[in-house]
Amino acid sequence: MTLGDQLSDRVKQVPPSGIRKFFELAEEVDDVISLGVGEPDFSAPWAARTAAIDSLERGKTSYTSNRGMRELREAISERVTRYGQEYDPEDEIIVTTGASEAVDLAFRAFVDPGDVVAIPQPSYISYTPGAIFAGGEPLPVPTRAEDEFTLTPEALEAAGADEADVLVLCYPNNPTGAVMSDDELADVASFVRDHDLVVLSDEIYSDLRYEDDHASIATHPGMRERTIVFNGFSKAYAMTGLRLGYAMGPAGAIDAMNKVHQYAMLSAPTTAQYAALEALRSCDDSVDEMRREYDRRRRFVLARFEEMGLDCFEAKGAFYVFPEAPDGDDEAFAEGLLEEQNVALVPGSVFGEGGEGHLRVSYATGMRELREAMDRIEAYVSD
Amino acid sequence: MDKQSLLDLLRHDARESVDDIARQLGADAEAVAAALEELEEDGVIRGYQAVVDWNNVDEEHVRAQVEVDVELDRETGYEEIARRIARFPEVATLRLVSGDYDFFIEVEGASMHAVSNFVSERIAPIPEVTKTVTHFVMDSYKEEGIELGDGDDDDRLSVSP
Repeated sequence: MTLGDQLSDRVKQVPPSGIRKFFELAEEVDDVISLGVGEPDFSAPWAARTAAIDSLERGKTSYTSNRGMRELREAISERVTRYGQEYDPEDEIIVTTGASEAVDLAFRAFVDPGDVVAIPQPSYISYTPGAIFAGGEPLPVPTRAEDEFTLTPEALEAAGADEADVLVLCYPNNPTGAVMSDDELADVASFVRDHDLVVLSDEIYSDLRYEDDHASIATHPGMRERTIVFNGFSKAYAMTGLRLGYAMGPAGAIDAMNKVHQYAMLSAPTTAQYAALEALRSCDDSVDEMRREYDRRRRFVLARFEEMGLDCFEAKGAFYVFPEAPDGDDEAFAEGLLEEQNVALVPGSVFGEGGEGHLRVSYATGMRELREAMDRIEAYVSD
Repeated sequence: MDKQSLLDLLRHDARESVDDIARQLGADAEAVAAALEELEEDGVIRGYQAVVDWNNVDEEHVRAQVEVDVELDRETGYEEIARRIARFPEVATLRLVSGDYDFFIEVEGASMHAVSNFVSERIAPIPEVTKTVTHFVMDSYKEEGIELGDGDDDDRLSVSP
């Protein structure tokens, strides 16, 4: 017997990540400037780090309540009112090990074998495998550059999502940087209600929106009762390594997710929960400062792409822009750029249907490197 | 043109080109150039200087922070004394401060001897000066918001989801 033969079909069904391949290529190149990073280049705000250290010094190293510290849930409940979201800290919020865990919990709580999970693409790379691991059948819903990668009822219809059971949403979007307005979300909400879908709305980039305020589908009429919202501290608070996120939704849904969570995870990391609590209490200024910095870089990158003739829609969220690869072959472009100019970025096709022919460019990198990277891309493009 | 954003950028890196500043602020280069000129004319921007880490310079360079007490009389105010002290090229920084002493001076020179000579022969003899305390700078870890040292490596994965 070889153990490889015993692997579950679900695991075997999922191909290796395309990101991984590019990571390995980039690791072989010296002096690489990477625009391929999906996490902030800042560190967590000092006050949050101090709170974590302080909690350790006070010996706060045991489990917390399964759903997370009560104080933290209260602070989260208070925080999300700025997005028009209202959730009871008692039974409508669960603190998780990163928003990633929360998404996984929701898949496991809502997806039966054979259930169809509609996933607008290009998308963050975890949703499809997550749906498969839960026994679901992923249904790619390609979004289009013409729509600036927003999701439309027409795209849902065309992909056959009216037959789906679950719809995953992620705006502001990784990898495109796209955002959706309240009006656009209203159209999607209407489709969702008509076809009775459950929505899993990953709003991890909610604080990184540069031209307007965050809009959540959960605040639309009739949507709260069919939506789970995910958020966390990784992006806005630059706390990726602390692994802390949360999910919010109707009590019954959160109960079900908590059932999975209590057996799989027990509780989210205690130290990180203390850091998160302090982040919510006192780190708004740091978030604002980081947002301002990202916005300056975003404008810079968009301006440089426009000047060098690289077509790119005006991405207004997260820390990505999603230009078109000049000759349409994103993988060849990314590999050539890495080889010839030592700049790493991620080909759009890695992120699923609709991503091909595009490049994910992360501006979570200091201005000096960004400027150098733009010069190198320009040299590569004009070569 | 949002002048505060412009100042923020320049305070961070004054060598950014007008074009790069314009790109980051979503403005056109002419508007940035005009705003810069205005800031200079209005005396908001007084200069652009390099931040030097003297540890990495071969020639000796000595700096001292000098606390100065003065006694004012009916004819002489802080302003007048300050003007006299500021005129010396050895004085890099001169500020009137609250607290235990009146003036804070940063003096630069080629040697400890030169700096202490300067304080004893140029500052101390000023009639209104009643006391000076000189602190030689032994090391510096941060200047003008820039940390001196090797810096932290970016330990993030080079490509991640």
